[in-house]
Amino acid sequence: MSTLTTTVPETREYEPVIGLEIHVQLSTRTKMFCGCELSFGDAPNVHTCPVCLGLPGTLPVVNARAVHFGLMIGMALGCELAPRSIFHRKNYFYPDLPKGYQVSQYDVPLCGPGHLGDVRIHRVHMEEDAAKLVHAGESGRIHGSDSSVVDFNRGGTPLVEIVTEPDVRSAEQAREWLGLLRTTLRQLGVSDVNMDEGSLRCDANVSIRPAGSATLGVKTELKNMNSFRYLERGVRAEIERQEGLLRAGEAIVQETLHFDPVSGALSPLRSKEEAHDYRYFPEPDLVPVVLTEEMLSAARDALPELPATRAGRYERDLGLSPDRARQLAHRADLAQFYEAALGDGVDPVSLANWLGDDLVARIGDADPATSKVEPRALAALAALVAGKKVNSGAARQVLDKLVAEGGDPAQIVEAEGLGAVGGSDELRPVVQEALAAHADAAEKIRGGNPKAIGPIIGFVMKQTQGRADGGEVTRLVREELGL
Amino acid sequence: MSELIDLSAAAAAAGVQAGDVDPEELFEAYRDRAARDDLGAFTWVAEEAPASHGAHERPLAGVPLGVKDLFCTTGIPSQAGSKILEGYRPPYTATVVRQLEEAGARVLGKTNQDEFAMGSSNENSAFGPVLNPWDRDRVPGGSSGGSAAAVAAGLVPWALGTDTGGSIRQPASLCGIVGLKPTYGSVSRYGMIAFASSLDQAGPLTRDVRDAALLFRHMVGQDPCDSTSLAYPEGVRLPEREDLRGIRLGVPEELTRSEEGGEIEPGVLASFHESLARAQELGATVEPCRLPHAPHALSAYYLIAPAEASSNLARFDGVRYGLRVEGDDGLAGMYTATRAAGFGDEVKRRIMLGTYALSSGYYDAYYGTALKVRTKISEDFSAAFERFDFVVTPTSPTVAFRLGEKTGDPLSMYLNDFCTVPMSLAGIPAISIPNGLSDGLPTGFQIAGPAFSENRLLDVAHALEKSIGFDGSAARR
Amino acid sequence: MIDRAQVTHVARLARLELTEEEIERMTRELSAVLDHVEKVTELDLEGVPPTSHVVDVVNALRPDEPRASLPREAALASAPDAADEGFRVPSPGA
Ligand SMILES: [Mg+2]
Ligand SMILES: [Zn+2]
Repeated sequence: MSTLTTTVPETREYEPVIGLEIHVQLSTRTKMFCGCELSFGDAPNVHTCPVCLGLPGTLPVVNARAVHFGLMIGMALGCELAPRSIFHRKNYFYPDLPKGYQVSQYDVPLCGPGHLGDVRIHRVHMEEDAAKLVHAGESGRIHGSDSSVVDFNRGGTPLVEIVTEPDVRSAEQAREWLGLLRTTLRQLGVSDVNMDEGSLRCDANVSIRPAGSATLGVKTELKNMNSFRYLERGVRAEIERQEGLLRAGEAIVQETLHFDPVSGALSPLRSKEEAHDYRYFPEPDLVPVVLTEEMLSAARDALPELPATRAGRYERDLGLSPDRARQLAHRADLAQFYEAALGDGVDPVSLANWLGDDLVARIGDADPATSKVEPRALAALAALVAGKKVNSGAARQVLDKLVAEGGDPAQIVEAEGLGAVGGSDELRPVVQEALAAHADAAEKIRGGNPKAIGPIIGFVMKQTQGRADGGEVTRLVREELGL
Repeated sequence: MSELIDLSAAAAAAGVQAGDVDPEELFEAYRDRAARDDLGAFTWVAEEAPASHGAHERPLAGVPLGVKDLFCTTGIPSQAGSKILEGYRPPYTATVVRQLEEAGARVLGKTNQDEFAMGSSNENSAFGPVLNPWDRDRVPGGSSGGSAAAVAAGLVPWALGTDTGGSIRQPASLCGIVGLKPTYGSVSRYGMIAFASSLDQAGPLTRDVRDAALLFRHMVGQDPCDSTSLAYPEGVRLPEREDLRGIRLGVPEELTRSEEGGEIEPGVLASFHESLARAQELGATVEPCRLPHAPHALSAYYLIAPAEASSNLARFDGVRYGLRVEGDDGLAGMYTATRAAGFGDEVKRRIMLGTYALSSGYYDAYYGTALKVRTKISEDFSAAFERFDFVVTPTSPTVAFRLGEKTGDPLSMYLNDFCTVPMSLAGIPAISIPNGLSDGLPTGFQIAGPAFSENRLLDVAHALEKSIGFDGSAARR
Repeated sequence: MIDRAQVTHVARLARLELTEEEIERMTRELSAVLDHVEKVTELDLEGVPPTSHVVDVVNALRPDEPRASLPREAALASAPDAADEGFRVPSPGA
């Protein structure tokens, strides 16, 4: 399995330098600056009011829970929290922007530098989401021109924008890290973090430079990578495109690119404002957010155990390897299943292996809680193996059965007669039979070639339908041969 | 009938409560005059008296109220004097209007104004200029020119206006009535179509100081819909005071000398000094004081206000409400054509000025610097209020000027705000009271105090008003 | 001072369509106003903090409690071109 720390650059000659900008819709009940309820997939324009329609004379009022969630995120990402932060207006014209400006944070964001895993966070700031612009095709009204229709349901949804430092070095790492961020945010319970519903959106700033060089190359901005796979594919495609250009001795132009997941093509995006000048200035309709001890402790108390912390605990207290600990801790569903399965008489390490390797190999990315395998069942299976009640080969057959039908491992072993053939008295006659049947192999072993034992073990396994314990068989063979 | 019209709003309300005045008769008397308005003071007049809902039992007793066009009123045209909002009827009502209705006021009409409150003569209204009832060849001042003219002419007993750099005080001065610009934040801005958010404040335009106090009393209050509003620290009293014993008045040299920008008309300056003498007779001490940065207030104001306006007016884009003009270049064409057709010259000028002041490369030099000047001006006032209770100046450097006299020269128009802009930048309260006539035209006396000093401000204004004894009835004929 | 090129650039930023005559006049008038207001740039304001709010209110926060939204008809009532349950506009691409 790949990990956050051990990704290798995709090319020896060029080193990708990638920074991510993530927009996260907060799962508050109401919008950022008005009392309209958040919605997804409702009929158009049924969640609007004078404020989020930008009617003349209306004023914004900050949603307290949005700030609370913002603080939780800042704390989870180990950010410096601004004792006093303010809102700015980002001015540009677009039909999905009812006021002609987006209320956002500019030079004094809620959260400053922090880090998640091995990627540094530059800042986390709060802002409002834009509305949805739906293409409506030929309008007929203006001859020959297309028209769009604006739906303001989404307009004003609370967002946090998380900006990383350019610490990501490969497309895989970008995907891995975004996964970690999603898990973290999901555990915070501050967002649905659902990429296809748009509650988690990721843009990437990509540049490449000669490996080892410290200077940054010209960067391009990738948009519309609305799934983890597209993010990885888009970034990889852009890295390759840039390498191609440089190798051909051409220059990389700073531009915004749209990734088409179908064709895999990258096309320049038509800019919202031909003259980019957002004319930021302090939002005079809002007052500063000044963090109080109440706000801080409320956010602190709301924080659950986070993946990084949890991984540390698995290593320290349960003795898992770093990779295994991260694998389980960074996927909330695996971690929950694992902790449900832990219990007295269960070896945490072998349980983790059964979960992280064998079960995952069988159910893939699915949440094990949704599989037929009960946490207790997996724990019981691990215990049977540890207690030599079944050998690992048989145990895998048991797991197949558990995945297919569920049930209790002990009963399955019983029913399927998969129990290990234990004591020497039961096994010795079979071994003697095997030695007789393979006298030549027996000779070779006596002659000092232990590898020749293969056919004998094969015979025994055949006789016992694979239930014999390999180690025990070897011991008996050597005994019988007087070695 | 005519004696009804001669009652102050407070007297009319008292009359209704005492059963001496019939609220419907009162409303109809004004509605009839407003309907025959030939000053261009109204942009909309109620067809009939709104249902009273027992209004006459409440403090404002159903007394009719004029409301500046830019206050949003449910189902009633709220156009901010602009073609781009022609016929716009909002789905909600401004907090301050709602509060006044709950206190028993009834909206008689919406009053004309300079487009988006940008102007000092009311000549920038898309719905025509307003005439000054003292001389119909002259302007009423602006931007609350309709409210000022309507109150002065007795078309309505009192009215709501808004003041960003002098838009209540200057027209009150030019029309011979009382205008109060409250402490920034004391009255909710929710539902006021914004010009410059950090400066806009709603206030009363009334015939006398007691009326101003009575209306203001029901305007104040923290509004959950306006993050910049505050709870008023005390109840608003009706002023009784008739002397000024122990009151220290400061006269800022920078705003009362005849110099660059501050060119104060001799007649205006003369009546100002007369009133200073009266103040002393009433027991006040009058001494010169300094507001060193006041001469720069106008410059700071004409960077800050347009900058905020350029952003506040971006929402008028032809998408959700108001005028739309299809251009030939899709969306971009629709935007530019709509805004070109919907905004008047002065509004375009200020949008341009403000956009420039915020644009990259100029922000620090213009907007950034203006915000620092604003700090210095507040500090100047704080320093002055350590030695003085109030600062006094003429309200407007001139009496009402002729229609068209300054329309050709924006800068000379801006200079009208010379004495009123500093208080706006500092967010402090200031009141203009009638200060006698110069060549038959009203002049104004401005009193400014520390934040939330309205009660004392109104007391002093009341005492001076009594002593000046201005008679505005001539304008109501 | 502001020149013609700046005026046309600013007009584009502000989404204002100006006629030739307006560009000329705007350049003249804005220059006059700027010459006056530019005097503030001569002041020594070293270390002076900017004032963007005159009220010292902080944390004017709203509880996360839903309030009634407008019926769609009310939201669309003033729309110059309401269509398909929304606000129709010429396509940005168009
Ligand atoms: Mg953003
Ligand atoms: Zn809303």
